[in-house]
Amino acid sequence: MNDDQVNSSPSDTAEISQCEPIIRIDDLSFSYDLGKTNTLRNISLDIPAGKVTAFIGPSGCGKSTLLRCLNRMNDLVDTAKVTEGKIEILGQDINAPDVEAIELRKHVGMVFQKYNPFPKSIYENVAYGLRVQGINSKSVLDQAVEESLQKAALWSEVKDRLDTSALGLSGGQQQRLCIARTIAVKPQIVLMDEPCSALDPIATARIEELIAELSQDFTIVIVTHNMQQATRVSDRTAFFYLGELIEYDETSVIYGNPSKKQTEDYVSGRFG
Amino acid sequence: MTKQSPLNNPFAAVSSKQKKKDAAGTILFAFFTYFILGCTVLILGKITLDGLPVLLKAEAPFINTEFLSKSPMTLYEFTNENGEMVRMDADDYRQFREENPDAVVREEHTFSYAGGGIWGPLVGTMLLVIVCMIAALFVGISAAIYLNEYAKKGKVVTAIRLAIMNLAGVPSIVYGLFGFAFFCLSPFFPVLTYQPNVESSILAIPLWPTEGYLSFEGWGSSLLAGGLTLAVMALPVIIAACEESLKAVPKGFREASLALGATKWQCIRTAVLPYAASGILTASVLGITRVAGETAPIMFTAAVASKDKLPWSDASGSGLYWISDMVTQSVQALPYHIYVVSGKLPDDPALLEMRYGSVFVFLLLVISFAMVSVIMRARFRKSLKW
Repeated sequence: MNDDQVNSSPSDTAEISQCEPIIRIDDLSFSYDLGKTNTLRNISLDIPAGKVTAFIGPSGCGKSTLLRCLNRMNDLVDTAKVTEGKIEILGQDINAPDVEAIELRKHVGMVFQKYNPFPKSIYENVAYGLRVQGINSKSVLDQAVEESLQKAALWSEVKDRLDTSALGLSGGQQQRLCIARTIAVKPQIVLMDEPCSALDPIATARIEELIAELSQDFTIVIVTHNMQQATRVSDRTAFFYLGELIEYDETSVIYGNPSKKQTEDYVSGRFG
Repeated sequence: MTKQSPLNNPFAAVSSKQKKKDAAGTILFAFFTYFILGCTVLILGKITLDGLPVLLKAEAPFINTEFLSKSPMTLYEFTNENGEMVRMDADDYRQFREENPDAVVREEHTFSYAGGGIWGPLVGTMLLVIVCMIAALFVGISAAIYLNEYAKKGKVVTAIRLAIMNLAGVPSIVYGLFGFAFFCLSPFFPVLTYQPNVESSILAIPLWPTEGYLSFEGWGSSLLAGGLTLAVMALPVIIAACEESLKAVPKGFREASLALGATKWQCIRTAVLPYAASGILTASVLGITRVAGETAPIMFTAAVASKDKLPWSDASGSGLYWISDMVTQSVQALPYHIYVVSGKLPDDPALLEMRYGSVFVFLLLVISFAMVSVIMRARFRKSLKW
């Protein structure tokens, strides 16, 4: 699946193996006010393909900001600016002048903190990303909708009411619908910005199961403020504090045997 | 306190003075509230009492269709051979004299504008509102989308917003004069015509193979100039309302849409406008309703006191030439008609019916516009939830 994606993209010539980094962040500094103050400072980390990487840290540490740098959602803020360093995804500097953010976002999907389905039917929600690409063939859409909903573990619950409003679903279902909507576009990378923070524990558990399943097909980067969640879902964890990357390692190392005092204090619940 | 209260009631009023003050305040506030209500009832009551009878008549179909279907004309009053006083409008009088050339007509009086009905002004007002609505919605929605979705926040946008807000405070007569100078007199606006106006045309481009010209001669006092002047006046309200509606669309919709690879315009078209459309439309209709009742902006730019023909029967040519000729016709308009019959003519009891009838119909018209938009808004609010 993943290899198909990579090969179908004309910009890639070389095959990218599972262990090679799909995202390479190099000495990145980022500012929300045109460089007066840096929200992120000198961050370098490589995110491996086909794995789940978690960003953790206390509120305001910049983990969501970094996530939104990865699909250039920060472009929506007029005064946002990468002041230093670069981000390479699939070997391409994503802030290069000839990169179109819209094309980037087709490869790097995003699931938001607050589930935000459009007030349309379930079917139209999933088909949205394909429709904006100009795909209107009913058979293609039907197939993509079913496939995506199945991958999002929602198909059996909604298959008989695809034409009803998405807003009639429960919170957890709505968030899974948002995931289905994101993967319908077949991105290589799925960014998740605290996807469970608005959900109850049962719905959260289902999303976590889903993340584990999706990691077979997608590279997942998840921001979470729930430390247990990071241990449950992620292969690697990055700990951020005050705009800096403190430590980045295998999740088991970060939680079991961190090398930095701050990390240990945070994961053991002493602050944050 | 417990000492003062013989029954040891801990909740007894602290002092009767405070209680009186409280009661006095309540009465005062209530008085002014009901005072406003009273004024409204008085105004509407007086107009309905004197205006409704004009629209009704004793025999079937009980509605005075002539008042709605005839244009204003002169009223004739005379005494016939039986000594009875007879009143008829100019059309009927002409017919009567033709059919009875020997009829005795004594003590004949005429009252201008007191006869006929208000069909012409009614049509004129409707057409002005349509022109205004098309122009104001198009410009207003575009401006609001630009300001809210595209423009970068900064001094320029703040200045533009301030300018738009200030526009709302400009007196209507100033809009009228502006429209007169800009749309009517300045020769930059083109018309399609077979005969360019030699005096005002600065450029006439022959449109081969037709025999007409595209002549830059200004629109003069016309439907187009009046409608656009009203539109300019409605713009501040419409832009503010549109921006409000756009802001009410959750940011999540925009983010979700963009994150799925939509372009800016696709995002606005599919994830913002559909959910803002109802608010935009209803608020805009409300804004247009307000300017539909204005007199000053159309006084110089569109309205005439008397006109025999309706715009479409007065227009000549065919196709686009006909449309151009029609929209550059001057029209009668209800607010201006009311101004003329109430303020410009000598006070005469014969005019009373025309005055009250016109005002009543006008009020009905404007109120029904407003009602429609309010009902629309209530409906949409119910149907849209997120």
